[in-house]
This record gives sequence, C-alpha cells and structure tokens, in this order.
Amino acid sequence: MATQAAHHDAAASNRYFVPDPSAWPFVLTAALAAVVVGVAGFLENKHIGPIPIWIGSAVAIYIIFRWLRAVSLESEHGKYNQAVDSTYRMAMAWFIFSEVMFFGAFFGALWYARELSIPWLSGEGTKVATHLTLWPMFENIWPNNGPMELNGSFETVGAWGLPFINTLLLLTSGVTITMAHHALKENHRLSCILWMWATVALGVAFLGCQGYEYVHAWEGLNLTLSSGIYGSTFYMLTGFHGMHVTLGTIMLIIITCRLMSGHFKPESHFGFEGVAWYWHFVDVVWVGLFIFVYVL
Amino acid sequence: MANAEAHHDHAHGHDDHHHGPDKGIMRWIKTTNHKDLGTLYLIFAFSMFFVGGLMSLVIRAELWEPGLQFVDPEFFNQMTTMHALVMIFGGVMPAFTGLANWMVPMMVGASDMALPRVNNWGFWILPFAFTLLLSTLFMDGGAPAGGWTMYPPLVLQTGEGFPFLIFAIHLMGISSITGAINVVVTVLNLRAPGMTLLKMPLFCWTWLITAYLLIATMPVLAGAVTMLLTDKYFGTSFFTASGGGDPVMFQHIFWFFGHPEVYILILPAFGVVSTIIPAFARKPLFGYDSMVYATASIAFLSFIVWAHHMFTVGMPLAGELFFMFSTMLIAVPTGVKVFNWIATMWRGSMTFETPMLFAIAFVFLFSIGGFSGLMLAIAPVDFQYHDTYFVVAHFHYVLVPGAVFSIIAAVYYWIPKWTGVMYSEFWGKVHFWLSAIAVNVTFFPQHFSGLAGMQRRVPDYAVQFVDFNQVSTIGAFVFFIAQFIFIGNMIRCMAKKGEKATQQVWEGARGLEWTVPSPAPYHTFEDPPKVNDEILGFPSHGKAH
Ligand code: HEM
Ligand SMILES: [Cu+2]
Repeated sequence: MATQAAHHDAAASNRYFVPDPSAWPFVLTAALAAVVVGVAGFLENKHIGPIPIWIGSAVAIYIIFRWLRAVSLESEHGKYNQAVDSTYRMAMAWFIFSEVMFFGAFFGALWYARELSIPWLSGEGTKVATHLTLWPMFENIWPNNGPMELNGSFETVGAWGLPFINTLLLLTSGVTITMAHHALKENHRLSCILWMWATVALGVAFLGCQGYEYVHAWEGLNLTLSSGIYGSTFYMLTGFHGMHVTLGTIMLIIITCRLMSGHFKPESHFGFEGVAWYWHFVDVVWVGLFIFVYVL
Repeated sequence: MANAEAHHDHAHGHDDHHHGPDKGIMRWIKTTNHKDLGTLYLIFAFSMFFVGGLMSLVIRAELWEPGLQFVDPEFFNQMTTMHALVMIFGGVMPAFTGLANWMVPMMVGASDMALPRVNNWGFWILPFAFTLLLSTLFMDGGAPAGGWTMYPPLVLQTGEGFPFLIFAIHLMGISSITGAINVVVTVLNLRAPGMTLLKMPLFCWTWLITAYLLIATMPVLAGAVTMLLTDKYFGTSFFTASGGGDPVMFQHIFWFFGHPEVYILILPAFGVVSTIIPAFARKPLFGYDSMVYATASIAFLSFIVWAHHMFTVGMPLAGELFFMFSTMLIAVPTGVKVFNWIATMWRGSMTFETPMLFAIAFVFLFSIGGFSGLMLAIAPVDFQYHDTYFVVAHFHYVLVPGAVFSIIAAVYYWIPKWTGVMYSEFWGKVHFWLSAIAVNVTFFPQHFSGLAGMQRRVPDYAVQFVDFNQVSTIGAFVFFIAQFIFIGNMIRCMAKKGEKATQQVWEGARGLEWTVPSPAPYHTFEDPPKVNDEILGFPSHGKAH
C-alpha cells in the first residue's frame, strides 16, 4: 500500500503542471479595459480625468508582478517538469515571432513610403497625371515630409552620432548578457550577476541617449510626429523599439534580482534565457532600425 | 517546508480526480480548465452570433424594398460594419477557439492546454473587448460605419467611438495570439507518446496552421490600426498623401492580415469536416498526408495573394497579374481537399446523422463559394464584380455554409461527449434542412443582383433588384429563426435531458476523445494515454492496403 502510494506520487509529480484556478487574468483584463477607456476619453477630450488610467495601470502592474512571481516560485519549487520547460520555450519563441511581425508592419510602411508612395507622388510609374495635376513640384527625395511639407522643414538625426553609439551600446549588451549566461551555466553566480548589471546599465544608457536624441530632434531639428511620412515612420519605429527596450530592461532587472536571491540553477533557468532571447530580439530590431531608418 | 508544500500539492493533485470544479460564478471567472474555457468560448461565440445576426436582420429588413424605410443610411452603414466585425472576431474565431479548447487536449492526449492561466486570460479579454466595441453604438457619432476593413480616410471620420474600435481590436489581437500560442504549444509539445506529427488528428493539424497564421498576422493588423490611431490623434501621415503617405498603403497592410484571416476562418472548418466525414462514411480519411500538405500550402499561399481585394485600386499591371495568378493557385490545394472528402465518402457505408448532413452540405456549398472566389480572382472581371453583391454572395457562401456550418456540425458531433447526453436527432434534421435551404435562399440570389450591378454597403438600390432582395430577406429571417431550434437542442443536452450517450457515441468515430467516458471527465489524460493506428483511425498495418 505504502509503496503503491509512493509510486503514484512519483508518477503524479512528473505530471504536467496545471495551475489552480486564478482570478488574475480577469482582473488584469478589467484593469487594461480601464486604461483604454481612460485613454479613449483623453483622446476624445471627454474630461474623465486620468484616474482610470492610473488605477488601471497600477492594478495591471500589480497583477503582472504577482503572476510572474507565482511562475517563478512554481519553478523554484520544482513543479515544472521537462515538458513545462519546453512549453515556456516554445511559447516565448512564438511570442517573439508575433513581435517581429508587429515591427514588420511598420518596416513595411517605411518601405512602402520610400519605394512606392513617394515615387508615385513624384510621377513615377503610371502616376504622371496625378503628379502633374496635384503637386507638379514634388520630387522623390528622402527624407521627405510630403508634397505639402507638413510641419515645415526639418533636419534628421545623423546616423553616425548618437545612433551609432546606441548601436554599440546595444551590441555590447548582447555580449554582456551572453557572458552572464555562460557564468550562470558554470555556476559563477557573482560573475553572472555583475554581467547582468552591466547589461542593465547598457540598456539604461541606451534609453538615456534615445531620450536625449528625441528632445534634440523634436525641439532642435523640428522633427516631430507630424513631419510627414518621415516623422511618422521615424518616431513610430524608434518609439515602439524604445518601449520594448524599456520593457526588456525592466525584465533584466527582475531577472537580476531573482539571481541575487538565489533563483535559477546552472542546468535549468528558462526565466533567464527567455529574457535573454527577448533582449537579443530588441537588439536585432535595433540593427534593422539603424540600417533602414538612420543609415539608408 | 518546501517539501511539505510539495507534498501537499501532490495530495491535492491526487484529489482532483475526485472532486469536480468549484461552484458559482467564480468557477467561470477563475477557471484554468480547458473544458470550462471551451464552453465559455462557445457560449460567448453564440451570443455574438445572435447579436451579429440581429444586425444582419436590420440590414436585410432595410433592403426589403428600394428607398429608405427603417433606418437612416448612417445607421445602415454602422450595421454592415459592426455585423462583420462581430461575426468574424466575436463569432467564428471564438467558436473555433472554443472547439480547439475542448478538443485539442483530448485529441492529443494532454491533461489541459499548455498554458492554462494564459488560456483564461485569452478568453476573458473577449467580453471586455466586445463591450468596448458594442458600446460605440451609443456614442456620439455612433459605431464605426466605414466597413469592417476600416479604410482610411473614411474610417477616420468615425465619431467618439473611434478609439474604442482601435483598442477593441488590439484586445482581440492579444486574445487571438494567446489562444494561438496555446494551441501551437499544446499540439507541438503535449502529444501522447507515439503520436507523431503525421498521426495527429487533422483537426489539430488545421488548427496548428491556423494558429501560425494568427500569430503571424494579428500583430500586423494591430500595427495597421495603430497607424490609424496615430494618424487621427497624433498628426502622423501614414495614410495621407499630403504628407507623403498613401491611403492605399493601409489597404495593403490590412489585406496582408485580411487574406490569411479568411483562411483563419476556414482552416479549422476543414479540420472539422475531415473529422466528421470519415466517421459517418466509416472509412479512414482518404489522402491524410495530402490533406496536411494541402493545408500547409494554402497557408503559405495565403500570404502572397492579398491584393486580390484591391484589383480596382489602381495597382501597377504587374501587381494585378501577380495577384491574379497567385490567387488562382490556391484553388489547387483547395481542390485536393474537396477531392479527398468526396473520395472518403466514395463507397463508404454512409449514414446521415445531423453532423454528417452539415459536413456534406459544407463540401458542396463551400465549393460554390470557392468557385465564385475563382471568378473574383480574375482581375479583369473583378473590375465588374468588385464591391457588388457578388462579393457578398462569395464570402457568405464560404463563411455561412462554410465556417458556420462546420461549427454547427462540430457541436452536434461532440456535444454527446461534452454533456453525456444525445441531442434530438429529429430536431437536428429539421434544423439542418431549414438552415441548408434558407442559406441558399438568402445568398444565392445575391450572385445575380451582384452580377447585374447592385452595390454592397448601400441602403438603397435600383428597382430592378427588388425580387432578388426580397427572396434574400425572407431567407435571412428563416435562417435566423431556424437557429433557435439548434440552441434549444443544445440547451436540452446541457440540461442533461435526453438519451444518455455512450462512450463511443458514433460507431465510426475514431480518436482519443472516444476512449474516455461521456461526459468527458473534468480532467482527462492526466497521464498520457497509449495510442495506436486503430484508435487514431488510420488503416491498421495488419491489413492489406
Ligand atoms: C478558392 C478560394 C478563394 C478565392 C479564389 C477567393 C477570392 C476572393 C477575391 C478575389 C475576393 C475579392 C473580391 C472583391 O472584393 O472584388 C474575395 C473576397 C472575400 N473572400 Fe474570398 N476567396 C476564396 C476563399 C475564401 C474563403 C475560404 C473565405 C473565408 C472563409 C473568403 C472570404 C472572403 C471575404 C470575407 C471577402 C470579402 C472581403 C471584403 O471585401 O469585405 N474567401 N475572395
Ligand atoms: Cu482574399
């Protein structure tokens, strides 16, 4: 009897982990709904004030934190077998793929503007008549804020100044996080933690440079979101990327804190790897941005 | 301490066999169980079918006669727009996700979906998203009225509801992506040992590929509507020529999502039909491998045909030709599928229970939609058909007797397994015949009015189209009313009134779901089951081929 129970226990412990019922997802959704109602009110000048946004964001952040904490603890308490580990790996990979496609939409818009809409507006292809009747003076050049020169003349941020430094910062951070990973695998925890802080510092430095560049561009160069298609694609691409770097940096900090409180084992540490993948993804997107937005 | 906790957990896990779910509303809010979530998804989807159906009745009532009678044109346009958004994102997609939730873990022999908490999140986003979307009906400026395709600059004239439209779509996107990731991971990671990819039930295959399409295209839609939002509120000019952008660019981005989206709406239906036909023909599916490859090639091709929705927009000739031929190519794998379904029935010992009736109707009526699609794919003739009722007839043939019939067929087929009770076969047949006739009465005449030049999305029309429209309207009301027979039949099962179902339910049904009792226990396959060709419905190797 006893052996049978023990046997059963062993089988059960190797079962796929199915979490208990949880109210977090529901509360998270309610919080997100409050945020979007608040933002919609703001966009349409409904004077409903910022309270739904603040409360919604606070609740959302709290729930996300609780949720991630629960996942970490479940993992640390050994509830995840090999299959759960693969689940998280696959899920993270597919999630990153969806993010790639999201950026793809904006890169696509940039490509379309440069290769199609601006040439067409300047009369290329079969669009001569449009060009002659609407905007005969319009030329196919880049950067461009359109035939009506929306928001007036502007200058662009040169590629080889801050953006280049930013490229170096992010590429270096890709190296440091890899060093951290190696250190973790060899169980050199202190070294791992130091490399992680170095990565965080590089991420923060990147964001600092980016913020400085934005202020400079917006105020000094008259390059704003309204600067025609150049301003639109420039700010949307770099802006969404910046948001992802911010998120990535927060995740790096969380992982580093977990490392400092003894989480992760040399042979099993998907939480760490998932964040590292995300960081590399952010890095690769930046390289794309650097080439297509700044250099070309 | 850790040990004690772990031990407690095992004990708990052990208990789960015996006690069922929690009681009351909190069960549904907090559930991480794939069957509960599947039920929620399906109930949500059918509620949305009802709401969207009411909207379509407003449209059909207004089109009873030329001239304006019931609603003003602005409201009419809100109805066409909202009808499509509600039916696509609130009806068909959640219904298929609900079926996937119920069936994929049982079909692959997993204890649940791979990420149960995320699964709960994916569902509960939907009621919030649709509350936001439907609330626009009561706002200044009303609901969005520029068509479900949201083309700028028209859609930018939406009133106060505009941000709600955009954010609702963002939320639906999150929901679809979480749902899709769950399906992909469950299918790829949690299959019972011995179930290789090419032994997997076809429903899992088609859903796997659907999930891939969802993960690849929903973010693109999110990007597109984000650009709409910033164009309206933050001064960007993605879709404004004066700033160097182009409204046509939106159409390209939208349809890059939109065409794969129509396959998102039909691939799971292919899976359902490929499951049901062999069961009632009592023969293994003909050409299993070719079904898998055909599905994969449809998915691939669906990414390179999008501009067949834009033939009249003024594309370069090379574009017209490329998209015309690539679109026609899709007919090849689609034809393979139809051929295989027919070949499966060929010399089968067939019986015609309700799910089979709907599946057979699917094969024929979906094919009509495929043929009209092929006609639309011919660029020079599409110049004539585009934006007419011919297009409306085309996509309703693939969506109603296509996607929706397959959902209905699936519910009839599996509800004995879900509830442990048989539905009423008599009322099932009544429902089938009324639906099958009414759907044709509704949509077939639209081919004619469309070819003769009646435009879609316009509340008024020339007198010459009266007859076709009146027939159509009668069909629509009959179809709508007939669905209550279905709802009643299903509620009867859920209330456990009716003949008890056996474990096998259908003599010819194969697959792991039929190896567990009816109703399926709350937790199925906590330990992976054993599988073999016989259980999975493949020709067993002992016999000669
Ligand atoms: C043989 C396969 C198919 C072909 C060749 C095809 C072709 C086309 C073409 C060329 C159009 C554009 C017509 C126009 O606007 O002028 C179209 C529209 C449409 N198709 Fe298909 N189609 C096929 C299958 C499907 C399937 C399986 C679905 C969905 C389940 C679908 C749903 C739609 C929808 C919703 C529209 C209209 C979109 C709108 O303008 O609102 N089609 N189809
Ligand atoms: Cu299409």
